[in-house]
Amino acid sequence: MSEQIITRSEILPIRTQIDLVHVRQRVRTWLSEERFTLIDQTKIVTAASELARNALEHGGGGEMEMSLLAVGARKGIRLKFSDQGPGIADVAMALRDGYTTAGGMGLGLSGSRRLMSEFDIQSSPGSGTVVTVTRWK
Amino acid sequence: MIKLLKMMRDNQDRILTDWLNSLKTAARRRDLIGDVEVREHARKILTLISNPPPNTVLEDFSSEGWQTVRDQLMEISISRVAHGSSPSETAQFLLSLKPVMFQLIREQLTTAPDELFHEIDVTNNFVDAMALHIAESYIQSRDKVIARQQEEMLELSTPVVMLWDGIVALPVIGTLDSSRAQMVMESLLQAIVQTNSRFAIIDITGVPTVDTLVAQHLLKTITAARLMGAECILSGIRPQIAQTIVHLGITLNDVVTRSKLSDAFRLALERSGRTVVQKAGHAPVVAPVAGVS
Repeated sequence: MSEQIITRSEILPIRTQIDLVHVRQRVRTWLSEERFTLIDQTKIVTAASELARNALEHGGGGEMEMSLLAVGARKGIRLKFSDQGPGIADVAMALRDGYTTAGGMGLGLSGSRRLMSEFDIQSSPGSGTVVTVTRWK
Repeated sequence: MIKLLKMMRDNQDRILTDWLNSLKTAARRRDLIGDVEVREHARKILTLISNPPPNTVLEDFSSEGWQTVRDQLMEISISRVAHGSSPSETAQFLLSLKPVMFQLIREQLTTAPDELFHEIDVTNNFVDAMALHIAESYIQSRDKVIARQQEEMLELSTPVVMLWDGIVALPVIGTLDSSRAQMVMESLLQAIVQTNSRFAIIDITGVPTVDTLVAQHLLKTITAARLMGAECILSGIRPQIAQTIVHLGITLNDVVTRSKLSDAFRLALERSGRTVVQKAGHAPVVAPVAGVS
């Protein structure tokens, strides 16, 4: 088992609606540069859009750390969204399909989990939320 | 102050010449604004300052009497924005007047140091006030340009096209953020009423990302159109978008969808009781193989 190394990394702010557009564009640029397939690109950009919007609307803004991973010859992308918002009291509930607190479809978090290979969420009330997702090529 | 203004009137030509010379030495991008225009701007400003309405004092730039000067500065700032000058270049235009005026005052008042100092102080403050005003006008003008461009973009990006009698199509291009989604919905519903259409095709070939928010906006638009008696067909769903929608868990069961706009159009024609037939004697048009983009 080879060691996992980070070959590239970038941090983008998530403060305004415009930043959401920027996040989508940067992720898409990276993915096409790293030759991810069109389907992978679309899935990852969509998940990034969902999670960035969550960080903005529920977390009051935060940032996204985008890293390119390599394990041997295998490549992947990891997106880490962090905010200092109110946090999520019941993570299991938030991950359920159709559960929403903001009048959305309630599929952002659970849908993003299905779009990515790995999904991790760390949150407790008052301490903000960190969502880390990874997708391997 | 009357004295200072009189001094300016008497020496107007000299001030103008010196001012333009000092502008030439100051860093200025001559490719942006021509000498003739700068000269004209400087001349207008000087004339207005030297001949203010009675009882107007140089000490108070915000007073009624200087309104014409303020309007003129606004006008100059608009032309500067249009030419692409920077705010500092625009302010520099007025600040270059200072050394010219100082030199003149010094020559005229060598024997009265107190008066000299006072006049220099007044001139200094007045020119500063003008420079601040033009900088602020500059930003206002630019904000207006940006706001207008944003409005133009909103309008440009949501054209509703009439495909056939009773069939309208809305090709959506770009990001469907909240303000655009609202615009898209409004223009489609309005077009349905205006054209008395029974079928509306929403084509999302030009939408790069369909996430849950975009999907929700689309579903709301489709529901609203249905309430108005129009049937909606969603077209332009590319393979990667289709897969993403499935993974996200969005259900579009109630929505009639087609992968291509032509298929959606054909369906709308069929549903409204029309058929497209191949005329005898004409070679059939072979549909080109759809390229994957």
